[in-house]
Amino acid sequence: MTVTDQLAQYLASGLVVGGVYALIGLGFVIVYSVTRIINFAQGEFVMLGALLMVTFEARGLPAAAAFACTVAAVAVLGALLERAAIHPLRGAPPLAALIVTIGASIALRGGALVVWGTDPVALPPFSPGPPHHVLGATVVRQGLWVLAVAAVVFAALWFFFTRTYPGIAVRACAVNARAARLMGIRVDRMFLLAFALSGALGAVAGAVIAPITYATYDMGLMLGLKGFVAAILGGLVSPPGAIAGGFLLGLLESFSAGLISSAYKDAVAFIVLIVLLLVQVAGWLPWRVAEET
Amino acid sequence: MRVILALALSVLALGWGVPAAYAQEAYKIGAIFSITGPGSSLGIPERDTALMVEAEVNAKGGVKGPDGKLHPLKLVIYDDASDETKAVLAAKKLIDEDKVTAIVGTTLSGTSLAILDTVQKAEVPLVSCAAAAKIVEPAAERKWVFKTPQSDFLITGVLADYLKAKGLTKVAWLNVDYAFGQLGWIEFEKAAQKAGLTIVANEKFGQKDVDMTAQLTKVKAANPQATVIWSIPPSASIATKNYADLGIKAPMFQSHGVGNKKYIELAGPASNGVLFPAGKLLVAEQLTDNDPQKAVLLAYAKDFEAKYGARNTFGGHAWDALYIVLGAMQKAGTDRAKVRSAIEATRNFVGITGVFDFSPADHNGLDRRAATMIQIVDGQWRMAK
Repeated sequence: MTVTDQLAQYLASGLVVGGVYALIGLGFVIVYSVTRIINFAQGEFVMLGALLMVTFEARGLPAAAAFACTVAAVAVLGALLERAAIHPLRGAPPLAALIVTIGASIALRGGALVVWGTDPVALPPFSPGPPHHVLGATVVRQGLWVLAVAAVVFAALWFFFTRTYPGIAVRACAVNARAARLMGIRVDRMFLLAFALSGALGAVAGAVIAPITYATYDMGLMLGLKGFVAAILGGLVSPPGAIAGGFLLGLLESFSAGLISSAYKDAVAFIVLIVLLLVQVAGWLPWRVAEET
Repeated sequence: MRVILALALSVLALGWGVPAAYAQEAYKIGAIFSITGPGSSLGIPERDTALMVEAEVNAKGGVKGPDGKLHPLKLVIYDDASDETKAVLAAKKLIDEDKVTAIVGTTLSGTSLAILDTVQKAEVPLVSCAAAAKIVEPAAERKWVFKTPQSDFLITGVLADYLKAKGLTKVAWLNVDYAFGQLGWIEFEKAAQKAGLTIVANEKFGQKDVDMTAQLTKVKAANPQATVIWSIPPSASIATKNYADLGIKAPMFQSHGVGNKKYIELAGPASNGVLFPAGKLLVAEQLTDNDPQKAVLLAYAKDFEAKYGARNTFGGHAWDALYIVLGAMQKAGTDRAKVRSAIEATRNFVGITGVFDFSPADHNGLDRRAATMIQIVDGQWRMAK
């Protein structure tokens, strides 16, 4: 295996994992930019996406229908979470809501433990077959699915946020909630929409990676943290930033595991997070991690 | 007034009288297993086995103590969620609140190492179901601690000798980056040196990693004759799939951490041909009839599979731990110090993991006969040739 082949392999692995981080990171950004809440239950949406996908397929639904049901179910759950736990807290400081989301994440994990048990479960790839070879790198078919689904989601979100009335309304709330309210936008509806969207995004991420990683009740925590790092890397309020941040993190992990040492792969991700947060506090960052309203 | 007094007295008398009339004092043994968390594929069969043993013993009327009477067996089982802190809390609770005579478990090396101090200070015998040799070594400093799984050096020794015998001397190594994998590496490095193997790659991955392709790419580039991956499912299964996807041709060896059907189920066809060193339980039917363990293994496998599904070596570790403690309690009753001495004096105990011969210098009591090389062939375990 030549050095270029190795580099191509790191690039390919980094892009696939990065696509997942980007999807999860987007969920954080959409909720944060509208509500100023960091939703720590985002990782659990991913876990539910993966486990529900497995369950629906096991019940005999074809993959496409199972995928649609999974995404719809988790989107509804995201909306329910907002109505049940976040909405009653409006007016309270964001810290209170943040703690509620941590509580929700623990509750969802506990619930999944009861429903699905502790054993990891496998999901067949969307299209079975041997892996592809691109420029010396091996890419499993499901890896291409991850990238393709991520691309479709990014395009759909771009269309939604720039070309549709509700999308523009969501952005208006993100820029200035009070002004948006004065313009007649129902801000609390936008909160609901943001949570439902982030639930759907998490479910998409979970469903596409389940064939690669298996699904377990406790997979959400680590994936959620990685998605959070991706969102921070992208400035926390910018969807394109989160996408770039996700891919950057995936590549960073893959290349640092390959070129430096795999012992420090996770350390690299979290050192990046800590450095970014410190630099942000010191005000050296060219983009702002969290815009004040 | 007198009536009330009489009533109260009779209730009291009944209250006192009932247990004494019913049965002897119960023998209490504590157990800590990783029933949830990343270690659960090991901890659940351990718990299942423990419950099976409890039912088995109580069906026979209980444990016959040194007083010649039958005592019902009471197990107190806690889940440590594969977490060191929770394991310590569980150990303290078993010792201070439940007042157990001895503790079996924990499931994982990390959690066992975490509770060493607690049990040593409280002077409670512990029979661990975790692999790391460090748990019981040096035995002089681990007076109260024993363990039933084969130590890493025993397993890695069998593996290294097998690799050498097959002429596979250029070896790539990967391990999961927590206690099990790290300690496995320390022992394998020593065993490899002794066997004259060359390590051409040494990589790590996390138990919750979603992709090990980057690490395996380095392995592929190093062009080894064999690859050893030291982990447990699901990460062991993901690594197995990645390995097959990358098309690496060198034979893959895994640890005894993949001794359950879950590994095969998750890795699918990619697990075909994988070799690993493990106890004989998985291939009990294929043992020769003069093997001292064969009868015990077949009986346990039959009981376990009738209740809980496919056998695995981890449940066997719990079976050994419990029956070793029970054997000691038959001789020593509930006195913790005497039970400890009785465990240390256990000789020629034919268990699931191997034949145990404990001594003051050896708190694992096993030798290399307790491990054999096993190959996965079309989803089934076979004795490796």
